Amino acid sequence: MTAIPLQPPRRLVEFTLDGEPVRVPEGATVLDACRAAGKDIPTLCEGDTLTPKNACRVCVVEVEGARTLAPACSRRAEPGMAVRTDTERARHSRRLVLELLASSVDLSTTPRVQEWLKEYEAKPGRFGPDAARLNESPKVDNDLYVRDYDKCILCYKCVDACGEQWQNTFAIAVAGRGFDARIAVEHDAPLTDSACVYCGNCIEVCPTGALSFKSEFDMRAAGTWDEEAQTETTTVCAYCGVGCNLTLHVQDNEIVKVTSPHDNPVTHGNLCIKGRFGYQHVQNRD
Amino acid sequence: MDLHFGDSKPTDEERAAVDGLLGPPESPWEGASDRPDADLRWALGGRTARDRRDLLLPGLHAVNDRIGWISEGALAYLCRRLTVPPAEAYGVATFYSLFAVRPRPATVVQVCTDLACAARGSAELCSSLEARLGAPGTPVAGGAVWEKSPCLGLCERAPAALVVRAGPPAAPSWLGAQFPAPLSGHVNSAPPAFEERGSGGGAPSYGKGRGGEEAPSRATAVLAPATVDAITRAAAEPESAEPEPPAAMAVPQAGQKGLILLKRIGRIDPHSLDDYRATGGYEALRRAFHLGPAEVIREVTDAGLLGRGGAAFPTGRKWQATASQPDHPHYLVCNADESEPGTFKDRVLMEGDPYALIEAMTIAGYATGAHLGYLYLRGEYPRALERLTHALAQARARGLLGGNVLGQGYAFDIEIRRGAGAYICGEETALFNSIEGYRGEPRSKPPFPVEKGLFGKPTTANNVETLVNVLPILTMGAQAYAAIGTPASTGPKLFCVSGKVERPGIYELPFGATLGDLLELAGKPDQLRAVLLGGAAGGFVRGDELDIPLTFEGTRAAGTTLGSGVVLALDDTVPLPRLLLRIAEFFRDESCGQCVPCRVGTVRQEEALHRIAERTGAAAADDIALLRDVGRAMKDASICGLGQTAWNAVESAIDRLGTYA
Repeated sequence: MTAIPLQPPRRLVEFTLDGEPVRVPEGATVLDACRAAGKDIPTLCEGDTLTPKNACRVCVVEVEGARTLAPACSRRAEPGMAVRTDTERARHSRRLVLELLASSVDLSTTPRVQEWLKEYEAKPGRFGPDAARLNESPKVDNDLYVRDYDKCILCYKCVDACGEQWQNTFAIAVAGRGFDARIAVEHDAPLTDSACVYCGNCIEVCPTGALSFKSEFDMRAAGTWDEEAQTETTTVCAYCGVGCNLTLHVQDNEIVKVTSPHDNPVTHGNLCIKGRFGYQHVQNRD
Repeated sequence: MDLHFGDSKPTDEERAAVDGLLGPPESPWEGASDRPDADLRWALGGRTARDRRDLLLPGLHAVNDRIGWISEGALAYLCRRLTVPPAEAYGVATFYSLFAVRPRPATVVQVCTDLACAARGSAELCSSLEARLGAPGTPVAGGAVWEKSPCLGLCERAPAALVVRAGPPAAPSWLGAQFPAPLSGHVNSAPPAFEERGSGGGAPSYGKGRGGEEAPSRATAVLAPATVDAITRAAAEPESAEPEPPAAMAVPQAGQKGLILLKRIGRIDPHSLDDYRATGGYEALRRAFHLGPAEVIREVTDAGLLGRGGAAFPTGRKWQATASQPDHPHYLVCNADESEPGTFKDRVLMEGDPYALIEAMTIAGYATGAHLGYLYLRGEYPRALERLTHALAQARARGLLGGNVLGQGYAFDIEIRRGAGAYICGEETALFNSIEGYRGEPRSKPPFPVEKGLFGKPTTANNVETLVNVLPILTMGAQAYAAIGTPASTGPKLFCVSGKVERPGIYELPFGATLGDLLELAGKPDQLRAVLLGGAAGGFVRGDELDIPLTFEGTRAAGTTLGSGVVLALDDTVPLPRLLLRIAEFFRDESCGQCVPCRVGTVRQEEALHRIAERTGAAAADDIALLRDVGRAMKDASICGLGQTAWNAVESAIDRLGTYA
């Protein structure tokens, strides 16, 4: 059973969303209101366990009276504001964001993005065959996880999870500027020379599969990765007394990856190296 | 935080550069070499250890100034001293174009290829340089490297080049004693790490001529107009460069009667506080103390002063909003990161009348309840840095800054922070991040700076020209000031005229003068094809639209913008597609990379402009439609003004000038 933490009561803020009056607790974002109202707004850099950087701009909505569009993920609801989520203007920017990303980044493992590309009639090919791409090759420098920055949309989530929002390890940061900006360890060194503690909390928040378990990376390369055939079993980590929940992803009776439920009040989706990667003994059959 | 600093060690020189800024390390936790047993019984950590993060940028400057680049060992040592994660510090160092994290020669020559210089032959200069010295980025014999650079703010003397030779500090000619320590807890008491001599001047330098054992001291030379010979000479020996002409040379009206903002330029010695006071200096501050903070804000509001940095926000309202915040301390930030291509007004003000800015900042600090002001100065302005540093020392010595300004019981001091080559840091929230020691990425608003600005505290951020306008408001009175100009755009305005005019420079005109009036003064070319208003983020108008009134409302009504006051005149000699491509390159280079529309959009914009550089009509139509799509998304969905305006100039060239038609 998952405990539901109680919060002090909050005042309600009333505003109009696509012409309908809605009420959300004070401090809620426009995205919260959209989700409560059953509206499906695409998001990439927003994550349920992090404060969004609002860098991807795929969730933009139109706020009446504002000069520019607003990111639904981080714009707080204000009393009396009038928000439109589905205007031509908002859809145009969402389509362009999807086109710009799909034409420069490998989105093949990004959940839902193919669906959005279709919904917004995005045509990433229109920038021509010479359109600049990231052109990164996967960094395989340790046995636990792989950084494939060709799939990185620079959402900042791994940096935030590694840094002050969760882990406080600060092993990675954004380096460089503009289109050349990349997530990197100091001096672009391998992870093994960095402050990384291999908690894997960056993998947990990565929205595109740029960060993945080495096991997943190898199985994808071999063509054996099959999410349909996997089962997920949530259990309690046996290493220490904290009691973190682990979700074991199992394919063909082998653990292939470990996550943690984001709504778990102990972990909020975070684990340590033992919970995340220390599962080999389970399947050591000798 | 359990930081990991790696095994790289700094060289003695790198250590000396950092210690010169921060003082010697107090314990092995900070990087001192000997570790007594007692040191194992305590740890440096927590807030006190992390509190000096804002010294990261000055620390990077100290190393880069001395060595020419930032090595792993130097970065690790600096991180240890300041308790900064090396990955983050690396992210900061690689954000700025003036820093290098790979070895490079001590002397770096920046050759401006931006708009005003392009209109005056920078392309030819670069190709001759390439023939003489090799491709940009390849080291030449004698230990120098040249590279192409964005606008250096020397547009009136285009084409321009800046030579910087790294080395140990040279003593400034005027600097007798160590500076008194400023007030803030964030501030170091050691002498600052800037050691500019008057650019290219003959100030004595340490280190040189002592048997050649030591590296030559740090030196800079500003070359404008630059020639291949002058660049080659200065690259070998920056001291040999011709002295830079006085700032007044950038002001064709210098000495004329009736000038308000430029009245002292060329008439006083910019080093002399006595000259400044003899010409009405510090009258405005006295009046401010007489009026009290609330009345000062009322005067500024009544005067109708609008921000001169480009956004035209009412200054009085900004001041009032900061002053009324209950959270303390309040900060004042002067945005002197003038990087909009074609803009050089703030440089001329700071070089020609530095005390005026200091007095104006003191008044702004007094009105908004701030006791510390940061002056964020462009990294490419060595002479302004020298002048302001000197002026600050003088003002402190004479009780015009410090614990008791003018004996009125008000404490105020100013700290200079140097930018390091990032246009985006002119955006106020990016500027705050830069001062705080983070990457200069804009924050999302709200919250606005008046509520949560620098260090998360209420902050007023004003442009140099905006602040300097406060002086006449207080000496003349709000009524008299508001009578200048038009009802909606009050006061005098500085215009940066460059390109194909006879007398490029800074012009002061009351708001309401037309584009034609201004170009008449500057010497209009016969074949005026187009005028770029507001810089790269502004827009083009046609050569026959000379009756556009140069006011905020007038330019808006004409469907263009005044921006920061750039007026770049173009004739038929420079092909417009080439200029547009330069603008697109500029935005691609300067995008911070945070949001997708700008990070990728500026790249796609440049690619499309490349494709149609030689095309017109139907052959360009598809790419123009693509540009419109990308431009619209950049304008609507980018986080900050950079992305939102990155398509303006291209759009106006297509729609207004009929380029590619």
